[in-house]
Amino acid sequence: MTTDASTQAPSELVSTGKASEALDTRFEAPRSAAPKVRDPRRPDRRTNFELYAWLFMRLSGLLLIVLVLGHLFIQMVVDGGVQKINFSFVAGRWSSPFWQTWDLLMLWLAQVHGTLGLRTIINDYAERNVTRSWLKALLYTSSVFTLLLGTLVIFTFDPNI
Amino acid sequence: MDITLKIRRFDPENDTEPHWEAYGVTVLPTDRVLDALHKVKWEVDGSLTFRRSCAHGVCGSDAMRINGRNRLACKTLIKDVNPDKPITVEAIKGLPLQKDLVVDMEPFFDAYRDVMPFLITRGNEPTRERLQSSKDRERFDDTTKCILCAACTTSCPVYWVDGQYFGPAAIVNAHRFIFDSRDEGAQQRLEILNEREGVWRCRTTFNCTEACPRGIEITKAIQEVKRALLTRAV
Repeated sequence: MTTDASTQAPSELVSTGKASEALDTRFEAPRSAAPKVRDPRRPDRRTNFELYAWLFMRLSGLLLIVLVLGHLFIQMVVDGGVQKINFSFVAGRWSSPFWQTWDLLMLWLAQVHGTLGLRTIINDYAERNVTRSWLKALLYTSSVFTLLLGTLVIFTFDPNI
Repeated sequence: MDITLKIRRFDPENDTEPHWEAYGVTVLPTDRVLDALHKVKWEVDGSLTFRRSCAHGVCGSDAMRINGRNRLACKTLIKDVNPDKPITVEAIKGLPLQKDLVVDMEPFFDAYRDVMPFLITRGNEPTRERLQSSKDRERFDDTTKCILCAACTTSCPVYWVDGQYFGPAAIVNAHRFIFDSRDEGAQQRLEILNEREGVWRCRTTFNCTEACPRGIEITKAIQEVKRALLTRAV
């Protein structure tokens, strides 16, 4: 769409411009061109990436409802609410593989879910290709960093420090 | 009755930006917005430019944004668009504006061509017609109603971003052949709609379904294509 009309319209549909010349413009019957790739932004990729990303958003969303609401309930409501949370509480929880798995799953699902969601928003709102790729590079770098750091902490947490 | 039409005018030879202009015309409440536009063009300002052919809701050339909603001017009655206030009329959004209410439809038709909207078969042509049960015909009946007016595609916020998304109309016309029992090109079309700019960009905002002058359940059709892709891959 950013390309001007003369490169977009088939040659037989482009008028010669000036009003005086418009009388000379010949219009041929419009005919269908062969299917073609319209923009380098639309490469001929035959992968199911978009499909799996779409599916992941839905499935992870369902799981996150349970994981996050359960997490919030345990942290904020039961056993004296938010006041109980301190170093020893976290250390106690992460000594159990069950809570390690819960937190690891929540971290990965939420991080990937959020990254894919932000990717959609960037695709929708960034108009220039350059802006788009910079924002996405920033997004992917920061989420990989957060993911790795979080995973590292969950697995290497030492209650004796 | 006297009404005011506020039309978004643009003359590419003199204007840099479109601007709103108000026209007062006398019409009947049961006249259509197209009749009011005709009155302006024929009696007030002959330079007003818009497309219309059949003027009866079949050819799909007079889709425009009336009071902020995409409709066919020939199917919209004055009494239904609150004639007490000025009625705003502008070109459909998301396609390059050429003049007044006329936009360049080529990007729209490019997306339409990309989904190969024609019967694809293999093997020899049968000597008689390709038979189809009424149940099989019913499967894609809704999407055969499309008149390619672009009201849906130009109401889609994802299409407004950069015009790279295939858009509802192209998907509707792919749906029409994907679910046709006589057609054998479904896999090719599904491949195309599985791309980055295909059905997965649909955000199910239902703008297209609301805009369609033919009452096609467009969002449902898009979801059915998504489901066909999912059952194929998973």
